[in-house]
Amino acid sequence: MNDATFEKIKIGWFVNSCSEDNTIMFTELLNDHWQEWKRIFDFRNVRVLKKNNLFDEFDIAFVEGAVASPEHEARLKKIREISKKVVAVGACAVTGLPASQRNTFTPEQKEAVQFLVDRFGALPDVKKVADVVEVDASVPGCPMNTDMFLKAVNALVVELRPELSTSKD
Amino acid sequence: MHMINIELEQITKIEGDGAMSITIEDGRCTSAKFKIEEYKRFFTEAMKGKSILAIPSHLSRICGTCSNAHIMAAIEACEMALDIEPTEQTKMLRALTMHGLTIRDHALHLYLFCMPDIYEKDAFLDFDENDPHEHQLLHDGFAIKSAGNFLATIIAGRSVHAMFPTIGGFIKFPDDAQVSEAIEKLKGVREASLRLVTEFMNAPFHFDRKTDYMALLPDEGYGYINGKIRTSKGDVYDEKLYRELVEHVVLPYSQASAYKYKGDPYMVGALARMNIAKDKLHPKTKESCAEALALFPSTDIFHNNLAQAIEIVHSIDESIDLLTKNKIEKEDVIKKPYREATGIGVIEAPRGALYHKVHVGDDGKVIDGEVIVPTGQNQINIEEDCGRLVEQMVAQGIDDKEKITWEIEKLIRAYDPCLSCGAHFLKLDLKVT
Repeated sequence: MNDATFEKIKIGWFVNSCSEDNTIMFTELLNDHWQEWKRIFDFRNVRVLKKNNLFDEFDIAFVEGAVASPEHEARLKKIREISKKVVAVGACAVTGLPASQRNTFTPEQKEAVQFLVDRFGALPDVKKVADVVEVDASVPGCPMNTDMFLKAVNALVVELRPELSTSKD
Repeated sequence: MHMINIELEQITKIEGDGAMSITIEDGRCTSAKFKIEEYKRFFTEAMKGKSILAIPSHLSRICGTCSNAHIMAAIEACEMALDIEPTEQTKMLRALTMHGLTIRDHALHLYLFCMPDIYEKDAFLDFDENDPHEHQLLHDGFAIKSAGNFLATIIAGRSVHAMFPTIGGFIKFPDDAQVSEAIEKLKGVREASLRLVTEFMNAPFHFDRKTDYMALLPDEGYGYINGKIRTSKGDVYDEKLYRELVEHVVLPYSQASAYKYKGDPYMVGALARMNIAKDKLHPKTKESCAEALALFPSTDIFHNNLAQAIEIVHSIDESIDLLTKNKIEKEDVIKKPYREATGIGVIEAPRGALYHKVHVGDDGKVIDGEVIVPTGQNQINIEEDCGRLVEQMVAQGIDDKEKITWEIEKLIRAYDPCLSCGAHFLKLDLKVT
């Protein structure tokens, strides 16, 4: 298929509170998939890859990390509004942990860290992505399971743009 | 009054996010604040009460890209606490783990983050496959990253949050076929790594401000795990004395801790290592990179990129030697009874000295601990460099906001900050009056 004849799938990759291990795994997946993904994906907002990022509409928004602040929460709701599909990637996004480990601290531990939670206006409890918005797919793992990620991506490509799929699944 | 206000919503192509605000009054920088705004996940608080056996994988979750360095530092600290001396093979496998990390991480930084600036592209993926030179760089970049990733995967189980290294050894070992494949992959990208050195030796960006620096370096050779901490002031410290080196500085606007040494800011990372120990690189690396190595010692922060490129060559050469000259055999993990003790682990992560401390009780439960990351140590130096850079640009009559922002972004990228270790969301607030 000629590249000029189809509209690419608009991709966003967003990071909340986490180690960004899934972002790193994504950049490692590029080692083998960059030519195919460059052909079919419009990396519209991927901060780790590019400077000029748009925040208007996405076919697939990948969200990494837990929701730790009101800003995270507000942006996530906006992402949901402007995205056809939202995919939670990695343990912090899917389960909240380990970014949400302070939720289950002992009273003594909570007292030790509370001044920092307050100083920077963090949420009282850290949330997983599904606590804030509806998610269409989840890729668990710390880091994410890359086979599951590829399977999820291929399934969404088939659903959104079957003509672009090269998957044999 | 002449005033410039710049709001940069995000510094892109770095690991994590942070914020920068700069004020210039009458041509002088009166305030430069590098705000590390990562919402704290409290890993050191969460250590308390955990089994010491869980600490390496727990602390690796501080950061994705630096995770294997955190694992190595934590294992070293825990083994010191438990009085465990690893075998020679374990030491070699840990060295290979760090070489795999260094190759992968430096290649990510140099190709995907920094190289688009040189070619005035938005992204590495925007390089033109129909242009022979850019085509070569695209394929070089992903091939080098892939080789580093493969090395880390066969030795440590994964290039992120490795599964095989543990306190007392490794739990799984590569077979001969995997070792042979790794050697071939590494040999296959050596020429590409030399092209990378040439790219950054000829890169047009420079910013030089005299500064102090320090690095952990072995007495023999050039490695990332053992040795003493050496400073540009000529001081040498044993790892156990690290607290005499790093003076904690509270920056109330930042979620991360900052540090000074003897009252002065300093830098850590590949440039510091190269300045102190370039003569200890692998002989083949020294031979192949002689022209680039002549530029060191240097305090031009953009030479940090060049130093990283040279370290990729070194890690390839060292890894080929280690894999070729040693037969990897299955070994049991060394175990010792618990005791109350404190252990220190110091590792040269790709972006500089990383310190872990673990205090464990005689029941094997952690009492407390401490982690000091490279980006925290570079934080004040980044602020001072950015302030000086903007002063220079304003003095030259440059008031183009986009130009100033781009220059600041490039400078910060040259430090290779890892804000996952301590920051999220970098926006620039610049005031010039």
